[in-house]
Amino acid sequence: MAEHGEGARGRDLAVEARDLTRRFGPVVAVDHVSLDIERAHIYGFLGPNGSGKSTTIRMFCGLLRPSSGTVRVLGYDIPRESERLRTRIGYMTQKFSLWDDLTVLENLRFIARIYTLEKSLAARRIAEVLEEFSLRELSGRLAAAMSGGQRQRLALAAATLHEPEMLMLDEPTSAVDPQSRRDFWESLFSLVSRGTTILVSTHYMDEAERCHRLAILDQGRLVAEGAPERLMSELPLQVIEVHASDIDKVRLQLHRLPEVRSLAQLGMRLHVLVDRKVSDAGALVKQALMQAGLSAEVQATRANLEDVFVAATLPASEPAQRGAA
Amino acid sequence: MSPVVAFFERVRAIAIKEVTQLRRDRLTGGMIVGIPLIQILIFGYGINLDVRHIRAGVADYANTSASRALVSQVEATQVVTFVRRAPDVLALRRMLAAGEISAGLYIPPDFERRQLGSGRPLAQLLIDGAEPGIEGALRGLGTLPLRIRAGDRSEPRRTLAVLTEYNPEHRTAVQIVPALIGVILNMTMVVFTAIALVRERERGNLELLITTPVRSMELMIGKLAPYVVVGLIQTTIIVFTGVLLFDVPINGAVWQLYVAASLFIAATLAMGLVISTVAQTQFQAMQLGFFTMLPSILLSGFMFPFDGMPRPAQWVAQALPLTHFNSLVRGIVLRGAGLQELGPAVLKLSAFLVVAVTIAASRFRKRLG
Repeated sequence: MAEHGEGARGRDLAVEARDLTRRFGPVVAVDHVSLDIERAHIYGFLGPNGSGKSTTIRMFCGLLRPSSGTVRVLGYDIPRESERLRTRIGYMTQKFSLWDDLTVLENLRFIARIYTLEKSLAARRIAEVLEEFSLRELSGRLAAAMSGGQRQRLALAAATLHEPEMLMLDEPTSAVDPQSRRDFWESLFSLVSRGTTILVSTHYMDEAERCHRLAILDQGRLVAEGAPERLMSELPLQVIEVHASDIDKVRLQLHRLPEVRSLAQLGMRLHVLVDRKVSDAGALVKQALMQAGLSAEVQATRANLEDVFVAATLPASEPAQRGAA
Repeated sequence: MSPVVAFFERVRAIAIKEVTQLRRDRLTGGMIVGIPLIQILIFGYGINLDVRHIRAGVADYANTSASRALVSQVEATQVVTFVRRAPDVLALRRMLAAGEISAGLYIPPDFERRQLGSGRPLAQLLIDGAEPGIEGALRGLGTLPLRIRAGDRSEPRRTLAVLTEYNPEHRTAVQIVPALIGVILNMTMVVFTAIALVRERERGNLELLITTPVRSMELMIGKLAPYVVVGLIQTTIIVFTGVLLFDVPINGAVWQLYVAASLFIAATLAMGLVISTVAQTQFQAMQLGFFTMLPSILLSGFMFPFDGMPRPAQWVAQALPLTHFNSLVRGIVLRGAGLQELGPAVLKLSAFLVVAVTIAASRFRKRLG
């Protein structure tokens, strides 16, 4: 990939991964992943469970040794220099990993001490994060007694307490309600505006769409990478949207067409992904449905991220798309 | 911040966290006080190696005032209590076989004549050999110096004079209670640290902890230090109860006892930390913790004299902190010895501590795989 060589020179990179691979016995959890993450960007990992998102993040943090390949994070060679990286990154695990039997304040004080923040700095930072993440009223509450959203705010407060240059967030919003998720993303944007680099993994499309840049992982492989809008506009498939009352029958009918690569249902709508080489995909779909005696509203539409994801993870599909930034 | 200051800062961070968690854990807090208290009461009262009031029978063929004097004198030792009177030896044997009595005293018809210095034994003691403890206690009676006749001014017959130092009354509590300090601490301390790291792994805290700048050694020391204080609290409870209820004399200096205890507690906690780096779950940690307990109790000289053990058992015993603490605590509490006289044991405990903490810290990788 020529893009990487050029990128490494031209941009200020937080992460440079080259052919990063991790095997667990016979299973290849991460398979030759190469990517660059620019500083002060939100970089997203999108993929289903088991796609290698967590394993990749753990290798970036130095928690797991790569089986092969190299990665530099904030200029440090990982895992060799991972101890020196510790104070400059913040890591938020998928599962809540602060102490349930400590209060909000006790948890934050512990983190401040373990990062050896000077007393006055620690006090200032704790006050700041309590304010920033609306935890002031909860400061005496045991972590065990808090809601999913509150715990997640605490986790982010702890991860940012020592003002790290980079945050690695492993599915941070998986146990959180929609409102908390929105607030959480606002916090992320605020951190990025102050220069923090953020790597976040998710399986939510709407979250992925908010990232500056995105990597779609499937079975350990990087199957698509680029800015979300680019990925959507450069999808090598046409998207036909079908509205119909008997959506199941429509689905069965369209499955038979060899030109249809995939179908994704969104409520009463169906997104039909059709090969680019078909000249009039809308007519093709319309005709197929008419022949089957099914009435439906058919129109071409622009691809959303779900379509990109479906297309990228299609088995034996065309060569995976790699959009340029 | 200098590296040394940072080291202690992070050790302090871990220690404060442990104490905060411990304070919040009511049940464990209760157990810290409750377990040693209950153990000392159970062991102190329960384990009694002095055999007393063994049920015995007598078949007195002589039936003279002298023979009756013999019976009452044997009974006065409190080793036996005569609960049966048999008409003849046959009946005495039957009682013994039936388990009604554990010992039978046979006084022959020519008892008076034997007394006049024939050199033959005066009487015969039948012993139930099935119970080794009883046999040992009763064999002692065979050499009992007797003064039979009222007004007998002659020197009592003495076959063997037994002199016991440091515990003249042969009270078991005096031997048992000091050793119990070690046994009880061994039981509680290993498990405290054995689950310490595993618990964090199971709850998911470890994944966060290893991404922080904390070093393995800092984590180990920080986890160990608070429990040394816990162990000293337990030591105080045991010593206090021992002195108050069992009249155990503290012949040596109390501060030396505490120095020895601190060293032993730290060594035992370090052993727990090693277990914690091996075990994957809290359950495994508990099992491994208990696994170390029985050898400690059996081989440390708490139960059986160290010198009587076969060589390989002695080697194993040398690797157990409890062995060395037992010799320290008996020396300080019962013999009034000082730490300098007990130097080798102090050195061995210190060596164990350093080696175990180093093993734990080097086994603990700040990595998931």
